[in-house]
Amino acid sequence: MIKRRVACVGAGMTLFRRRMKETGRELCWEAAKMALDSAGLTLRDIDCVVLGTAPDAFDGVHMKGEYLSDGAGAWRKPYMRVYVGGGTGVFTPIAGWWHVASGLFDTCLVVAEEKMSSCQPHPQFAFSTIWDPILTRPLGPNLIWIFALEMHRYMHVYGIKKEDIALVSVKNKANALDHPCAQLAAKITVEDVLNSPVMVWPVQRLDISPVTDGAAAAVLCSEDIAKRVTDSPVWIEGVGWCLDSTHWTNRELAYPKYVEYAARMAYRMAGIHNPRKEIDVAEVYDPFDYKELHHMEGLQLARKGEAPKLTKEGVTQRDGDLPVNPSGGLLGVGNPIAAAGMMKFCEIFWQLRGEAGKRQVPDARTGLAQAWGDLMQVGAVIIMRA
Amino acid sequence: MERAAIVGVGYTNFSSMTPDVSYKELMFEAASRAYEDAGVDPRRDVESFISCSEDYWEGFSIFDEFVPDQLGGVLKPVCTVSADGMFGLIAAYMQIASGLVDIAVVEAHSKASDLLTYEGVVAFALDPIFHRPLGGHPYYLAGLEMNRYLWDTGTTEDQCAMVVEKNKRNALSNPLAVYGADIDVDDVLESEVLFHPLKKLEVSPLADGAIVMVLASEETARKLTDTPIWIEGVGWCTDTPQLECRDWSRAAYAWIAADMAYRMAGIRSPSRTIDLAEIDDRFSYKELQHMEELRLCGRGEAGLLLEEGVTERDGDLPVNPSGGSLGVGDLLEACGLHKVLEVVLQLRGEAGRRQVPDAEVGLAQCWRGIPTATGAVVVLSREREVAEG
Repeated sequence: MIKRRVACVGAGMTLFRRRMKETGRELCWEAAKMALDSAGLTLRDIDCVVLGTAPDAFDGVHMKGEYLSDGAGAWRKPYMRVYVGGGTGVFTPIAGWWHVASGLFDTCLVVAEEKMSSCQPHPQFAFSTIWDPILTRPLGPNLIWIFALEMHRYMHVYGIKKEDIALVSVKNKANALDHPCAQLAAKITVEDVLNSPVMVWPVQRLDISPVTDGAAAAVLCSEDIAKRVTDSPVWIEGVGWCLDSTHWTNRELAYPKYVEYAARMAYRMAGIHNPRKEIDVAEVYDPFDYKELHHMEGLQLARKGEAPKLTKEGVTQRDGDLPVNPSGGLLGVGNPIAAAGMMKFCEIFWQLRGEAGKRQVPDARTGLAQAWGDLMQVGAVIIMRA
Repeated sequence: MERAAIVGVGYTNFSSMTPDVSYKELMFEAASRAYEDAGVDPRRDVESFISCSEDYWEGFSIFDEFVPDQLGGVLKPVCTVSADGMFGLIAAYMQIASGLVDIAVVEAHSKASDLLTYEGVVAFALDPIFHRPLGGHPYYLAGLEMNRYLWDTGTTEDQCAMVVEKNKRNALSNPLAVYGADIDVDDVLESEVLFHPLKKLEVSPLADGAIVMVLASEETARKLTDTPIWIEGVGWCTDTPQLECRDWSRAAYAWIAADMAYRMAGIRSPSRTIDLAEIDDRFSYKELQHMEELRLCGRGEAGLLLEEGVTERDGDLPVNPSGGSLGVGDLLEACGLHKVLEVVLQLRGEAGRRQVPDAEVGLAQCWRGIPTATGAVVVLSREREVAEG
């Protein structure tokens, strides 16, 4: 039984770019300031701060949360950093939600930041230490390896073709053309994706989201405050998260059960029985194009193996019946890990407020944001209503 | 405010090194004991698991990945709070208070003995442009702060040494502690000066171990146990990480966190209400500085109280009856949860030879160590309401 309603009343994000000149702290503050301004509040109105950021290895800073704290506006405030790998971006507003829902605070500033480009020679090297040091690390795996395994498995089990998956990349990069912060917006075709360099078969270059720096932020508050500061609050109605076993090698990779469990937790809380009908717009985690499909199925927005069909039929286009990633997603806007998930949260906020400009989806009342991470292991889901 | 209680605690022994077990085994042992203590089945009853860790301590990127199995949390809500275990405890409290979950678990551990380059890891927490290039063991910051504290308050080096004497002696009665010793002030003062004026015996040595706690909502807590330990107040705070911008004469994080926790618990006179306190003592002077910031005494008075024996185990306000970090060891992110653990055992009357008589309200406080200015405070009680003293 949830004790208190929590609203989102402001959001902001920086440009998403490969090499931002700003430091991590500056990125945090830029996004935080935008979120505060859009809510008509100042730091003085903020009771507590929650930060999300992914591996410390990107920045080469131990206790990165401490390092970023004053940039996030946390000076002399209750401040907490939460962390669930790639799922952090959507998990951060979930943590912000419980800060307010608990009754301890009336307002909470939620900030997610990632600065990947400072990791030299390539941020992929930070991922060489995410593996079990005895069983897996000696094999020298990288992330694209395991995505290739998963993509292959997904294609094999449901008989999905590469050209069907490539449609996601085409859609998202095109959607991103309307996003003012986007890094890799482009008008491309399925052929472009299929002709792009093979990274690890079946993953090709245009199947993958880029390396990005950026930050995103939002202001959450209690019902009383929400009514005072805005006429159009967006309510957080459902939260869910779930972590599967460390032993990813023992998992059936064709279907993300942990995403399903996270979604079911959030749907239960939001009173959603038929997500496919009740969700009007979804921001689904898409670091790789097949992941959008994979996650739609986990989220019960499509039956197993049928997400490619919905994509092909145009259902997930911005003007379709179930718009998915109208922002342009990670493939189009960019993938600064924690900030990317937070960008999805912000996009749903803007969509439900009718503030998404050229990206606006008509008549959106209920939206969903989801992120995924760790060793193909974690799902985080948030449901919002206008 | 919704109420929540600690209904189960589990812990390993704390050791200077644990070559025989992995961090997973440490966590499993602590978790199994906590579930046994609370009478819960993690797979059936627990709705949320929170693990507290920092990637660099663990030698992983995304340590979260390696947590669920040994806690019994596979395919359940599990997350990491990148902070001291006390922050995880507070997060669990908030999850329960929000009505989202009924039973939540928090875990924190230290496998410090696996760190080949402890000081190097700590140095990585310094600003990479302004401070890291200065080099040296980053504990020089503690030396600087101690100097300032002594100068500001008139506290003496002898009084700081007495903290070590007291805590290491307390640790002798604590079967979990490995750094207990029967030493006197002179031994401390004569030990090597490491970071002037901080001497070798005034620095908490590192230790390994794991702690798990089970928290429950009021209704569930009453069903599960006859001795729930109530969370009466929580507070936490981060001052600036920028060394030049800090007020070095104060530990503002402790003052502000305590203010929040006392307000929530309805405590107006902490020194009269609180029966025992477990306070961060990673360095000797920190216990005294923190006592003052927590308003357990006036500024500059902590050393005097210590001399009068007030903070001894049989004194009016026992501080660190467990032996503190000086006696038990610096457990990295488990330091704060160890403070909570000791208060829980004391309030339950399960502290054995180190039992403080008639303890009803206890305070636990943590600091995240050099170079942070972050800390938390938790007020616990075994009674339904904190009786205002």
